[in-house]
Amino acid sequence: MTETRQSIVLSKLAEKFGDAVVSTHSDFGDDTALVRRERIVEICTFLRDDPDCRFDFGMDLTGVDYLGEVPRFEVVYHLYSLEKKQRVRIKVRLHEEDPAIDSVAAVWPGLNWYEREAFDMYGIVFRNHPNLKRILLYEAFVGHPLRKDYPKAKRQPTLGPQE
Amino acid sequence: MSNEPARGAAPAQAPFGPEAHVMVGSADMFVNWARKSSLWYLLFATACCGIELMQTGASRYDLDRFGAVFRASPRQSDLLIVAGTITHKMAERVKRLYEQMPEPKFVISMGSCANTGGPFYKDSYCVVKGVDLIVPVDVYVPGCPPRPEALIDGILQLQKIIEKKKNFGAKKA
Repeated sequence: MTETRQSIVLSKLAEKFGDAVVSTHSDFGDDTALVRRERIVEICTFLRDDPDCRFDFGMDLTGVDYLGEVPRFEVVYHLYSLEKKQRVRIKVRLHEEDPAIDSVAAVWPGLNWYEREAFDMYGIVFRNHPNLKRILLYEAFVGHPLRKDYPKAKRQPTLGPQE
Repeated sequence: MSNEPARGAAPAQAPFGPEAHVMVGSADMFVNWARKSSLWYLLFATACCGIELMQTGASRYDLDRFGAVFRASPRQSDLLIVAGTITHKMAERVKRLYEQMPEPKFVISMGSCANTGGPFYKDSYCVVKGVDLIVPVDVYVPGCPPRPEALIDGILQLQKIIEKKKNFGAKKA
């Protein structure tokens, strides 16, 4: 029963957005869709509002660095529907030269800080984000430490209070 | 009154203990005695050392008996015990807390993280490699985390430092 409903989510997504959905799978019961970055806000708004989807809770957003692959970066969204008790995972691949994607902070305000974290750690730029600045590290930090090519022994500036 | 010797007569025995009326010593000695006996420390902890700090302050180890009690405001504190890992982001706050404390003020660096960065020394992108890069430290307490006895020893060492201060602890020009 649950599985049929979850596949409805993916099939509706593929049906509505066509080319923007690159691939989908439901391995181990985890519905996953790889989509293109151009329509991410549309797709997220659809997933939130569609009566069969109702993903009203953006649980998690994070980045992945696949160093050596093309495209290099990936943004992963984990969504949950409190109403339908279902989950879906959305992935978007981003190229190294332009690791930017539209912000979904307006769709799920809770993802605001997750986007800031992904920006902080991976340098992924979220366009139209209301306040895209570092959240865990400090402004004088150089680089993005969770990128796989970040030199782990690198020393950062030590600072006193900033006026 | 009856205990006082008659005027002009040498006292049979030098007054001592609670009956003494006079204390003789340098002003420095008196001021240092007062300062070392009321080391109020800032209620500040950032990691597992904070748990040991709480133990030290609680009934079993009872830091109060050295006159050291915690204060919730840096403006009422004499002593900053840096208990735990200090990240670069926290470093700004530590510096600000230290600057808000009134003189004379002292710093104990508690545990490996505050001393040198500890287990985060080599490959951490976010940890300060020793709190002495941020604020001047008087006493370093080693350990990961130090036991309450070690922290008490750190306080006693700090008391010894305070005892030796001259000119009301004025900084050398």
